[in-house]
Amino acid sequence: MIKYLLSAGDLTRDQAIEILDIAEGMADVNEREIKKLPTLRGKTVVNLFFEDSTRTRISFELAAKRLSADVINFSAKGSSVSKGESLKDTAQTLEAMGADAVVIRHPASGAANVLAHSNWINGAIVNAGDGTHEHPTQALLDAFTMRKRIHGANSKGKALEGLKVAIVGDVLHSRVARSNLLLLNTLGAEVHFVAPPTLLPANPSNWKAKLHYSLDETLELEKPDVVMMLRVQAERMNASFFPSEREYARIWGFNADRLKTLKPSAFLMHPGPMNRGLEIDAISADSPQSTVLEQVANGVSVRMAVLYSLLSGERAADV
Amino acid sequence: MSNSFVLKNVQLGDGGATDILVEADKIVAIGSGLTAAEVIDCTGLVALPGFVDLHTHLREPGFEQSETVLTGTQAAAMGGFTAVHAMANTSPVADTAGVVEQVAALGREAGYADVYPIGAVTVGLEGKQLAELGAMANSKAQVRVFSDDGKCVHDPVLMRRALEYVKAFGGVVAQHAQEPRLTEGAQMNEGAVSAELGLTGWPAVAEESIIARDVLLAEHVGSRVHICHLSTAGSVEIVRWAKARGIQVTAEVTPHHLLLTDELVRSYDAVYKVNPPLRTAADVLALREALVDGTIDIIATDHAPHPIEAKDCEWSAAAFGMLGLETAASIAQDVLIDSGKSNWSRLAEVLSTNPAKIGSDSEQGQGLVVGAFANIALIDPSVKRRVVADSASKSKNSPYVGLELLGQVKHTIYRGYFTVRDGKLAEVGRN
Repeated sequence: MIKYLLSAGDLTRDQAIEILDIAEGMADVNEREIKKLPTLRGKTVVNLFFEDSTRTRISFELAAKRLSADVINFSAKGSSVSKGESLKDTAQTLEAMGADAVVIRHPASGAANVLAHSNWINGAIVNAGDGTHEHPTQALLDAFTMRKRIHGANSKGKALEGLKVAIVGDVLHSRVARSNLLLLNTLGAEVHFVAPPTLLPANPSNWKAKLHYSLDETLELEKPDVVMMLRVQAERMNASFFPSEREYARIWGFNADRLKTLKPSAFLMHPGPMNRGLEIDAISADSPQSTVLEQVANGVSVRMAVLYSLLSGERAADV
Repeated sequence: MSNSFVLKNVQLGDGGATDILVEADKIVAIGSGLTAAEVIDCTGLVALPGFVDLHTHLREPGFEQSETVLTGTQAAAMGGFTAVHAMANTSPVADTAGVVEQVAALGREAGYADVYPIGAVTVGLEGKQLAELGAMANSKAQVRVFSDDGKCVHDPVLMRRALEYVKAFGGVVAQHAQEPRLTEGAQMNEGAVSAELGLTGWPAVAEESIIARDVLLAEHVGSRVHICHLSTAGSVEIVRWAKARGIQVTAEVTPHHLLLTDELVRSYDAVYKVNPPLRTAADVLALREALVDGTIDIIATDHAPHPIEAKDCEWSAAAFGMLGLETAASIAQDVLIDSGKSNWSRLAEVLSTNPAKIGSDSEQGQGLVVGAFANIALIDPSVKRRVVADSASKSKNSPYVGLELLGQVKHTIYRGYFTVRDGKLAEVGRN
């Protein structure tokens, strides 16, 4: 049983598939009229958010509530929390109040690791995004979405062997890209990163991925099964990573013309929120190939599965 | 009290066993069969000239919660040092005669080592206007080393002027080589590990480009320049090239850059956060070789104490810097002696003679010769010790805690006075 989910790389192939399988059961619950399980009754889950992210927070909140856990939302941004010691104080405060699990979102890379290895806290810890490092539940929900698109009702037990995934955009600063890389490697998929050279790491030698500068060439030559567009953060736009938004959209943005080049079975993902017209145009975002809303729905099921796996201590036989 | 003792049966550097007779603050005789009122058996101990650190952060005035001149020099004594150069990034900054004289006076009052204040190159370390270098040089503190350490003198005109100006009084500028724009928000070495960890990279080129510029500036104006804490293989190449060309450049390396790599950052334990950052194994190897072959002139600790709260937090919020005084000799021994690549004479050069020469410390680094001040470090090279968090420093941010290091400072003699005896710190300093 795992106690922490800090990195998508923490999961073995079997553990990852088990979480995805549990999430299948959770997805069924989410289809029911009464979308609730008693599994985590009496447990307290704290959403500790040092950074704004309404989507991720409500996804975790809904996941915990559907498992009947008590949920506390602690939004630390904008309060006196800006210096490092506050992470410690906040964590110890939550510990003193008896939190069973802490879901942490923090602007500093490694914040969840520090929390896990500091002895400030005894409960389970879920990394809900740390700086430009990782966002493991996003990778899990993406893998879940891929599996579902490909295998439908027969998804259980499946990995992603041989799947060709092109991840496009600001790879350098993307925790989504890092977590997806690790989990997709674990599940047997083939990862291709596509980005302007300024938005790739200077030394990616430890990465098991192929790197490309040209989106069009990648689409044409690699014929990916999945194209995942990454969000371009506003703070990159005036920092000389690329000359202009227009040029970025033209060369690395996904649009209707590129949509036509995808093979029929291929699909298009985006972790949201989208910059429509920048990394993805409206036609592509709203096309049948787009999985954006499925990803949101699957996010709740996957986070239910993660909280369940960390907190229940039991196998998922009763789901 | 009249002070007279014999260090019996010491191993004099690479030489054989002998005795050293100390009277008052001087070495008065070296040879066999010496006697005095007090005889200290030093069988198995290597005698070295007291170490001189060209790069120490004593934090006083202003940051006494981290370190004071007293506790910092006590840590220095524990490491075999008899002199330290106190960096200027205090509060107020050591950019006036008043501050440097205050730091020097605190050093004398403490009595654990000679304290040579380093003067800031620019007012407030802001890189805009030269500090009163002449006033600091002519003050009672007689400053000869100037540095904005912690910040780079990145304006090329200011750097040129500083290099020229300090020639008037035989000074040297010690450059913290870090191109500021290339290192905005930098958290760790830019490389394969930073790519994985999602921490903003501090690229080697940000150090190397400044060193390349500064050795060329030094050549142009005929000045000497000292490079602080060299950390990359590329920097070694540039310094090697500059020396071959006859440029007056000297370079230092820290103990941590000789031993630790950026792989340690994977823990996100901020004790490994330091500036310049820990680099790759290939860099460590190049630095070790450069120390052996003389491209790098000295080991300087960059001892940088920080209180617990500055390290017990997420990586990006943590302070840069690590302790180094009490472990420096062991790491020097590892690189030069235990590796089989060099010898004790070289160790004495890099930890004593050379730093004293670069810093123009006439009363330090004199070597173990008759007539010299009795500044002596006695090391037992065979002791294996596990580094513990407990330290003479006021801070605990040592990256070596839990590691086993070979070699231990048994006694430190500062101007004829035992600041450390049998591994224990003297309760009071020399007065």
